[in-house]
Parts: sequence; structure tokens; C-alpha cells
Amino acid sequence: MHETYAALIQGRVAIGPLAFRDSDRLSVQVGAEVKGFVPEAHLSRSELGFADRFAQFALVAARQAVAEAGLTFNDDLAERAGVIVGTAGGGLTTSDEAYRAVYAEGKNRVHPFTVPRLMHSAAASLVGMALGLRGPSFSVSTACASSNHAMGLAFQMVRGGAAPVMLAGGAEAMLCFGGIKAWEGLRVLSPDGCRPFSGDRNGLVQGEGAAVFVFEDYDHARARGAPMLAEVVGFAMGADAGDMVMPSRDGAARVMAGALADAGLAHETVGYINAHGTGTTANDRTEIAAIRQVFGAHADKLMISSTKSMHGHLIGATGAVELIACLMALRMGVIAPTMGHRVPDPDCALDVVPNVARQARVDVVLSNAFAFGGLNAVLALARI
Amino acid sequence: MASAVANEIIAIIARQAMLTPDEVRLDMTLDELGFDSLVLVEALFAIEEKFDISVPYNANDPDETEFDISSIGAVIAGIEALVAARA
Repeated sequence: MHETYAALIQGRVAIGPLAFRDSDRLSVQVGAEVKGFVPEAHLSRSELGFADRFAQFALVAARQAVAEAGLTFNDDLAERAGVIVGTAGGGLTTSDEAYRAVYAEGKNRVHPFTVPRLMHSAAASLVGMALGLRGPSFSVSTACASSNHAMGLAFQMVRGGAAPVMLAGGAEAMLCFGGIKAWEGLRVLSPDGCRPFSGDRNGLVQGEGAAVFVFEDYDHARARGAPMLAEVVGFAMGADAGDMVMPSRDGAARVMAGALADAGLAHETVGYINAHGTGTTANDRTEIAAIRQVFGAHADKLMISSTKSMHGHLIGATGAVELIACLMALRMGVIAPTMGHRVPDPDCALDVVPNVARQARVDVVLSNAFAFGGLNAVLALARI
Repeated sequence: MASAVANEIIAIIARQAMLTPDEVRLDMTLDELGFDSLVLVEALFAIEEKFDISVPYNANDPDETEFDISSIGAVIAGIEALVAARA
């Protein structure tokens, strides 16, 4: 996580040429790939057998989270703690390889673990097995809002007393030939970079990876002297019930307002919003209009940034990775910038923290996720 | 003297069992090698890929299957017969 903080502060853009198999046949040639990842360095042999790339990321992220939280799961805690992993594509690289084998290469069989690898729930299962968690565990799939839904549900479960500790986040590995080929069809991918809120933006850029956090009951965490990163204070989810791809201002506004209402906080308390900020015209203008609708005059005092400009759009994992920028804002008082911002857009005329990280003390932050299909989820976090 | 096919099979089985090939004896059972049903399925997949054959093994009902997996020697004999039938 500290490496990610450092990269966000530096404004390091991880978007570059794609280097996976058959990527030369794609019309889109850029993405934010996880480079230099050696699964064998992180996973046991039996884990490797069952772990698609997205689940590999989830396992690494979950182990990091538990280590950083200083948690040990004794028998009682292990029986009650669970894991929720958001993912949109699940084991897409496994499906892609299996289809390549039978369609392109004319083979008549695929690897015997194709099904357990491609299951969306595989990451939750493998994380639970790795840590011995036997409580409520499942995967959530709501396209680009998957990890926000996963983390929001974990928050609600801890708050409601269903579990003292939940691991939650997201994992995605869509950067494979079939994954990007499918996205090309929608014509929303940028050929050269992700420039949210910039007048010259031309689409989103795919990323990949995972982030997992420990959601823990406050008294439980305090009793064991846990290092606390922030307090999750509110969550709201809702549906536009409108369009499969076009976002809705009212739908976005409703969940932002809902998260604050859930937290019992006035909108003036919010200092930073980690925007969904995909770098598509439809999202960026709608999101800014929704922020204006919810926050009124206070919108002009908000800092709003989209870190997708650096790590790309991790689809089902994006909210989880973006939560790191929220934690950085609350803990370190540093707002991650929106990189690649070159031209003002009169329809996005709020403070989008262009190109340079900024020091600012904030008490409350929102993390937005507005998915294809109109499924929206917003988390509110407060400094602790 | 083991056939080339037998040596290939032993290499695959040894890899799955995390042993060296000389540690795999023909009289060993899959249990003795620490194989569970999934490891066996993965080994059979590797063998099928290697020899371009189909092994009639049903993991639902291993005891009813026509393919003899009672020992490494039996597995090798079964595969050799399938390879011979293919040729």
C-alpha cells in the first residue's frame, strides 16, 4: 500500500503498451498492466493450480491486508470472519485461454481446472482457504461498482453485527485478448491515455489488479490495538433502472446523498471525492453534474480527482484500488491528482486536482462507483 | 526396461507428486503418492495432452470406471494400450 501511496503522490501513470498474447491484433494498444508479477513467488503450488490471474491478485492483496492489520484469526474469529470479493470478469483469462485452445487451436480438451478457475467466486474461496476464514463469504459482480458493493456489504455486515471482521475488496484481470476485444466493440476505450475531466479526453483505459481491506468492528479493532486506517461511516447503493451504458445524474446524486445520509453527515463535511472519473464524456459530465446537484455551492470547495488517470479502470476492482487514494487523503492529508488533465472542460468546471498532488486536511471523503447497467455504490469514510 | 511411453508417464506423475521419477515405483498406488482425485484429473489431462489420447476415467465414479488406476503400473499399462490403439 505504501508503494501505491508513493505512486499516487508522484502522479505516476502506469498506462503503457499492452504486452500479452495476441495484443498485436487489438485496435487498442494501451492499458495499465501489472508488470513483473510472478505468481510463483506469492502462491503455493495448490493455489496456483486453481487461481486465475484475478484470483492471484486477490490472494496477494488479502495477505498484505491481513499482515498490515496485524490480524491473527483464532478459531472463534476465523469461524465468524469472511471475505467478499468484487469482480466483473472473474476468471476471464482462463475462459479466454480455454476458448483459444478449442476454437483457435482445434484442441478437444481444456485444462481440468478450467471451471474452478473461471468462477467469479474463486477469489473469495481461495482467500478464505488461505486464511482459514469460515464465515460469510461470496463474490459480488456489479460491473464497475463490484468492489464498492463488496466493501459496502462488508461494512454493513460488520456494523450490523453479522461478523466482527470481514475482508473485502475487488480483483480484476481483464487484460487479455478476449477481454479487450470485447471492450473494443463499445468504442469507449482511449487509444492513448486516460484523461478524466480534461476537455481533450477520449475514453477509458483498462487496468488490472486487486485491493483488499480489513473491515473490522471498531471496538474489536481498538481492543487489540489495531492500526486503523479510517472509519467507514456510510454506504449507499442504488440503481438507475434506466440505461445499460449511459449514466444518470439523478442516480449518481441519489447514492452520494444516500451515503452521507447513512453516515449522518452534512454534505459540507466532505472534503474530497474520489470520482468514478472514467475519462468518457458521458461519465465525467454526468458525475460532475451529480456532484453539483448534491453539494450545491459546497461543490466549489470540494477536491475531486480520478486516479484512473494513473492505474486505469480496474472495472470490478477499481473502487477497492481507489479506496487507497481515499485513505491517503484521510491519513496523510495528500490528495491524489487527476493526471493527464490538459484542457479545461466547461462542463467539468470543479476542482479536479489536475496533474499535481495536493496537501490538504480532509475529514470526510466519498468514493464513487457508477457501473454499466446503472448500478451505483458510494462509500463514505472519515478520518480516525 | 520401461518403454518411452512409460518414462513419459512416470515423469508426469512424478511432477504431480512432487517427487523425482526414480522415486515412483510401478507397484505404488495413487494414494501412496499422495494423489487426490483432482491431482489425478490434472495428471490425466497432462497425459492426454502428451499422447493425444482420451482416457476413459470418470471422477464421479472412479470405482466403476473401465480404466484401471489401482497402481502406477496399471495406469501405465492402460495408457500404453490407448497409445497403441491410436497408432
